[in-house]
Amino acid sequence: MIHEIILSGFGGQGIMAMGKMLAEAGMQEGLSVNWLPSYGPEVRGGTANCSVMLSSEPIVSPIVLEPTEIIVMNKPSLLRFEPELVSGGIAFINSSIIEIPATRRDINAFYVPCLDIASELGNPRAANMVMLGAYIEVTQCLHQKTVEKMLTHLFTGAKAGLVALNKEALRRGAACILRAAC
Amino acid sequence: MAKELWKGNEAVAEAAIRAGCRYFFGYPITPQNEIPEYFARHMPEHDGVFLQAESEVAAINMAYGAAGSGARVMTSSSSPGISLKQEGISYIAGAELPVVIVNMMRGGPGLGSIAPGQSDYFQATRGGGNGDYRTVVLAPATIQEMTDLTQEAFDIADLYRIPVLVLADGMIGQMMEAVEWKKPKARKLPAKGWATDGTKGKREHNIINSLFIDPKDCTQHNQNLQKKHDLITQNEIRFEEYLTDDAEVLFVAYGTTARICQSAAIKLREAGVKAGVFRPISLWPYPEKELYLCANRGCVKTVVCAEMSMGQMIDDVKIALNGSKPVRFIGSGGGTFPTSAELMAAAHTALEGV
Amino acid sequence: MAVVYQRSKGLTETEQHFCPGCTHGVIHKLVAEVMEELDIIGSTVGVASVGCSAFAYNYFACDMQQAAHGRAPAVATGIKRVHPDLAVFTYQGDGDLAAIGTAEIVHAAMRGEKITAIFVNNAIYGMTGGQMAPTTLLGQKATTAPLGRQKDLHGSPIRMAEMLATLDGCAYAERVMVTDPASIAKAKRAIKKAFTLQLAGAGFTMVELLSTCPTNWGLSPVEAIGWLKENLVPCYPLGVYADRAEQKEEAAK
Repeated sequence: MIHEIILSGFGGQGIMAMGKMLAEAGMQEGLSVNWLPSYGPEVRGGTANCSVMLSSEPIVSPIVLEPTEIIVMNKPSLLRFEPELVSGGIAFINSSIIEIPATRRDINAFYVPCLDIASELGNPRAANMVMLGAYIEVTQCLHQKTVEKMLTHLFTGAKAGLVALNKEALRRGAACILRAAC
Repeated sequence: MAKELWKGNEAVAEAAIRAGCRYFFGYPITPQNEIPEYFARHMPEHDGVFLQAESEVAAINMAYGAAGSGARVMTSSSSPGISLKQEGISYIAGAELPVVIVNMMRGGPGLGSIAPGQSDYFQATRGGGNGDYRTVVLAPATIQEMTDLTQEAFDIADLYRIPVLVLADGMIGQMMEAVEWKKPKARKLPAKGWATDGTKGKREHNIINSLFIDPKDCTQHNQNLQKKHDLITQNEIRFEEYLTDDAEVLFVAYGTTARICQSAAIKLREAGVKAGVFRPISLWPYPEKELYLCANRGCVKTVVCAEMSMGQMIDDVKIALNGSKPVRFIGSGGGTFPTSAELMAAAHTALEGV
Repeated sequence: MAVVYQRSKGLTETEQHFCPGCTHGVIHKLVAEVMEELDIIGSTVGVASVGCSAFAYNYFACDMQQAAHGRAPAVATGIKRVHPDLAVFTYQGDGDLAAIGTAEIVHAAMRGEKITAIFVNNAIYGMTGGQMAPTTLLGQKATTAPLGRQKDLHGSPIRMAEMLATLDGCAYAERVMVTDPASIAKAKRAIKKAFTLQLAGAGFTMVELLSTCPTNWGLSPVEAIGWLKENLVPCYPLGVYADRAEQKEEAAK
């Protein structure tokens, strides 16, 4: 099993954090993992992207050129990374702000209104967790429980209140996929 | 022990602290800023010193002073900053001081780019400073290996009184991978009786120095250094072979590029081409004999040297192979890397050529 | 028979290489005597620089490091941070401290690095054979300024004691000369004060010593002393430029 994922969006959408959560959870489930950010001036400007690899085999090359999945949180990211998806790959599209559909016929696309859902939950910043929930539900690459457990370690002290919110965001993300499947 | 997810730059700093390094002098430069930032946050917990110097030139000379005083010390930078440190590295080698230096390489020359590169190979292995000196150069390919090698770098530096360079690239610095913290194999390290820690009236004064004004003395000094270099060449060569047993086409690459070559080798084998990878881990001393043997003991028909540069390590590959096998180069300088598809194509071309 | 004068224990017995009439030897002696009087020979590390001062590591009896050209304050910083309990001094000439090593000395002072810089200013490059220094006087001839230093071409002399004194981290900066018994005694007091303040943790301290270079000035030793007083002193006035330890004490009162 190998997942080569590109995550992309605006700075501030929690792209890097989402990628790190995936990598951390993968490591806790005994997978080989790699997280590789784009870095430099473009990160200061606005767009942010990183790649994550989750593999049951040792990871050799850390470079993702043909992602098996893309998670795109804004329109420029969809335009940039859809062409790179491997045939049969999956695009996870933040349909709250991306008003156009994926164009390729040889890929699957999931439209997740993650910003709307997060806003319903009272914190738009949890949109990345909604998306993560959807991603895990579709790919089944990890157990949602692993990520939920991580949240309790990540948010402690004054931030402990965020655990429940983020767990709920994960569940709502997963639920929105299940609803779509019905 | 449990695995932890670590960013390369932070892992190299933590590895230094675990190796007993309590002094770090550095100057900001992308893509290695998380190294000084990590030390700035964590040195105080260990009663250590982090100091942001006014320049890379000052930082390497602070490292000289601290190492001469008997401490384990590190400095780090990325390519243009490492150029600035070359004077200091030459003096450190001349004065025989143990200093660990990290270079998270980026594209060059000049300011170049901030994307990962491997174009400081000449500088690292030939020495950008003046004089007949060597620095031990260790080139990790994973974060796990980088934490292991960085800890060991301090032992090697102390054992031989020589600067040790951990040579990685911006990608390794920026990425996160799982790390299992391990201690290096224990070595018997000599006491630092030469350090300037005050005579306390109990001994002659110690002098840390690279000046030997009488050429006869300087020649003797060079001969002594050479003996040390020979000893290191005997003892400290490191390399890894990957799918080489029956390989017909052999990639030679280090660091990140070696990992891309490994991917290419897997895909080539899926396509019926027997490919393998020889990965030098110590770039100086270079695994010269080991590469020769690897290329000549079995079915290797041709060798492809791959680098994130326009062709630097290929000189050492050619020296090692000594004309015994055809060698081709594939590389990309300035901050880009050869892709696994390009490597596969290069392998095909190389095989067709024999 | 009573001993009325002897070599300071702060100096080794190595014969010094300085030219006749050069005052480096006097300055070495003063630093050595200060270390001896403060009883810190065994707990001091000196940093030799590049220039005529290069062999200082052979002359001082304390532990010594030899630094690259201009880098002595950075090397001293490394030493002091490892051994905050030791006294650390640099011994630098004008080319070393005021040209190639300007960044290092300014930032050591800026950080208030607890070291003492012994700055020997003779307005010329001595070791390399009489080239122009940043402290060379206007009109003064040098092998690289054969017609004499010209303001338009080379700029004007740099006054390091004044410059460093502007930095808050500089606890003490004084300019002295070593031309006669009285000025030598005064210079020694300045060096002693600088070391004392360093050991008290006051911050960066420096003593600039106007020094002679008869060889490269093309003068006899006696003429050189006169030339120093007539020409160097007007350009580089003697005196205390920073004494922040005193300020602190006054503030405390």
